[in-house]
Amino acid sequence: MEHFSGNGYLDMELLRFTTAGSVDDGKSTLIGRLLYDSKSIFEDQYEAIRLSSERRGEPEVNLALLTDGLRAEREQGITIDVAYRYFATPKRKFIIADTPGHIQYTRNMVTGASTANLAIILVDARKGVLEQTKRHAFIASLLGIPHLVICINKMDLMDYDQQVFERIKKEFQGFASKFKVQDIQFIPISALKGDNVVEKSQNMPWYGGSTLMYLLETIHIGSDLNLVDCRFPVQYVVRPQTDEYHDYRGYAGRVDGGIFKPGDKVMVLSSGFTSKIKAIDGPEGPVQEAFAPMSVTIRLEDELDVSRGDMIVRVNNVPEISQDIDMMVCWMNPAKLQLNGKYGIRHTTREARCVVKNILYKVDVNTLHRMQDDKEVGMNDIARISVRTTKPFFFDKYQINRFTGSVILIDEGTNETVGAGMII
Amino acid sequence: MQSYNLSHLRELEAESMFVIREVAAQFEKPALLFSGGKDSIVMLHIANKAFFPARIPFPLLHIDTGHNFPETLEYRDNLVKKLGARLVVGHVQESIDKGRAVEETGPQASRNMLQTVTLLDTIEEHGFDALMGGGRRDEEKARAKERFFSHRDEFGQWDPKNQRPELWNLFNSRKKMGEHFRVFPLSNWTEMDVWQYVLLENIEMPSLYFSHDRECVDRKGTLLARSDYVKLMDGEKWEMMHIRFRTIGDMSCTGATVSAANSLEEIIQEVAAARVTERGSRADDKRSETAMEDRKKEGYF
Repeated sequence: MEHFSGNGYLDMELLRFTTAGSVDDGKSTLIGRLLYDSKSIFEDQYEAIRLSSERRGEPEVNLALLTDGLRAEREQGITIDVAYRYFATPKRKFIIADTPGHIQYTRNMVTGASTANLAIILVDARKGVLEQTKRHAFIASLLGIPHLVICINKMDLMDYDQQVFERIKKEFQGFASKFKVQDIQFIPISALKGDNVVEKSQNMPWYGGSTLMYLLETIHIGSDLNLVDCRFPVQYVVRPQTDEYHDYRGYAGRVDGGIFKPGDKVMVLSSGFTSKIKAIDGPEGPVQEAFAPMSVTIRLEDELDVSRGDMIVRVNNVPEISQDIDMMVCWMNPAKLQLNGKYGIRHTTREARCVVKNILYKVDVNTLHRMQDDKEVGMNDIARISVRTTKPFFFDKYQINRFTGSVILIDEGTNETVGAGMII
Repeated sequence: MQSYNLSHLRELEAESMFVIREVAAQFEKPALLFSGGKDSIVMLHIANKAFFPARIPFPLLHIDTGHNFPETLEYRDNLVKKLGARLVVGHVQESIDKGRAVEETGPQASRNMLQTVTLLDTIEEHGFDALMGGGRRDEEKARAKERFFSHRDEFGQWDPKNQRPELWNLFNSRKKMGEHFRVFPLSNWTEMDVWQYVLLENIEMPSLYFSHDRECVDRKGTLLARSDYVKLMDGEKWEMMHIRFRTIGDMSCTGATVSAANSLEEIIQEVAAARVTERGSRADDKRSETAMEDRKKEGYF
C-alpha cells in the first residue's frame, strides 16, 4: 500500500523505450520477462496464452503470444505492426514501442523510435554484431534517441564468458563511433534465464554494472528535451466570447522547446510582430514557467493576428525560416518516392504542399554507404532529399529539436503517410 | 534547482490535451463519445481543460443501448449540465424499431453488438468526421495496435493490417468523403493511471465504481447485476453480493467484482493488487480469442 498512495507514487517519471532485435534474438522473451517480473501480466492474460500455446502444440508457455494481438499474427505466428506495452515499477512508468524484427523492419522501427527516449538493441552472444545490429544502431542514432542500451543476450549459451561480452562490446563501439549517440551502455544478459534483467546474475560475477531494470528505472532523462530554444507552435485559438471572459484570447499549444515565462519578449512567426507574454494558463491554472512537453495556453500583451500554424518564439532566438528544406527521409510506402513529385507536408501544426526537388543519395542501412547512383527510393529506404514548400516553415535541425525538426510527407491521392523526414 | 520534469500523470495529461486540441483544429465536425465510464469521464475532464475558459467546442455523443445502469444516465445528465456541453444521443432501440438492427434472443442476449449499427447511423446522420473515444492500448491486445488517429473507411471499418504509420506528434487526418476517424486521446494511459489521475484531480465518479450491495448472478465467473435485461438460466439464482464495477457498459454484459473498496485510495490499492485485467469481467470479450478485433473491424469502438 505505502508506495501506491500519496505523492511518491503519483510523481513517477515516464520513460518511453523501443526494442530492436530480429526474430531469434529473444526480444519477445525479454519483453515477456520485463512484464512478468514486474507483475504486469495478469492471470487471465497468462491463462489465455497458456491455452493458445497448448492448442499450437508448444511445449512451454510462449510469452511472445502476449505481444501478438491480431488474428493474422496469431494464425501466422508473425508480428505485423508496432504494438505498445505498458508496465510500471514503484520508480517509473514505462511505455514500450515493440517493433517486429523482420519484414518492413525499418518503417516500423522508425515509427517506434520517433517517440522513444531509449532503445534496447539485442545482440545474440553466439552471433555477435551482425548487419542488422548496425542497421538498428543507425536508425536509433538517425532518430535521435538519446540513450542506447546494448543487451548481449543468450550469455547462458556461451558459458557466461566475459571474453565474449568484451569482444562484442569492442566491435560495437568500433562502428558506433561513426555516428552520434549521447549515451551507450552494454549489459550481458540471458532473457530466458533472467540473468541481469531484473535480478543481478550470480553467473557473471565479473560484470560490475547494473541490471537492465535498474538502468531503465534510474537512467537520467531529465535533460533529453530542449530547454534552450523557445518554440511554441500554435495549435488552436481559445476565444470564450462569454461575459466573464469577454476579452480573453489565448493561444493553445504544446511547448516544443525552451522555457516560456510571463514577461518574456516574444516574436510571432510568420508575421514577425513582437509582443510580451501576459500570462500562461496551464491545466491547473496560471503557471510561471512552461517547458516541453507541457500543454498550455499563452496570452500576449498586444492584440496580434495569430492563428494555427504560427509559432511563438523568443525575439533573440528564432528558428530557420525557409521554403527549402533538406532532410533525411525514411520511405514508408510501396509507391516509390517521385523526383519532382508533389506531396502534402506536415510540420508542427503547419501544413502545406511540397515538391521533391532533389534526391541526393540513398543510404545502405547495412553498410552506411551513401549510394549516389541508386536514387530509387522505395519502402524502407532511407535517403537524403531536398524539398520546396508552398509556404515558409519555421524549423530547427532534427538533432537540435525532434519536434521542430521532423515532418511527415502525405500522398495527396491516397492520403497515406508515405515519408518520415528528419531535417538536417 | 528547478526541475524541468513532468510527473507521468502530468505528461499523459499534456499529451491527451494536445491530441484533443488537434482534433478540434483538424476536423470540421468532431464529437466526443461519452459512455459514462471512467475513461470517458477522464477524457472529458481533460477536454474541458484543453479549451478552458472556453466551452468544449464539440458535442458529446452517447450511444444508449436502453440497457444502461440508471446511475450512468443520472451522472451523464448532471455532468452535461455542469459543463454546459451539448449532448447527442443515439438510441439502439430506434435502430431496432426501424429494422436496422435485430435484437439478439436467449438468456445471453446483449445489445453490445447492436451499438455498432446505431453508432454508424448516428455518425452519418450528424455528419461527424471524427469521434474521440476513451479506448486505451493496455486494455486489450487488438487495442495495443491502435493509432491515436485511427482511419475508418466509408463503411466505418478498421483495417488493422494497413494502418497509417504515426510518427512523433504529427497526426495525419486526411480522408475522403464519407470516411471518418476514431481518435483515442488516452491511448497511453493504463487503468492505474486513470485511477491515480482521478485521485490527483479529485474527479467525482459514478457510485457504481464504489463498493455496494447488489443482487447478482454468477454466470461462468462473470457476475451480472439483476435487471430486466438479464434472464436466469437453469440452475442460476440471484444472490446479494458486496460488489463494485471495474468497467461500466451495458447491464447485460458488464460483470461486477466482489470488492470492499469504498474510496479512491482503496480502489487504487485494489487495482495494484489485481490479478485479472479489467476486461476479464466483460462477457463481450469472452466470445472468442479475437472478439475485440472482430468487432473493431466492423466499426465498434
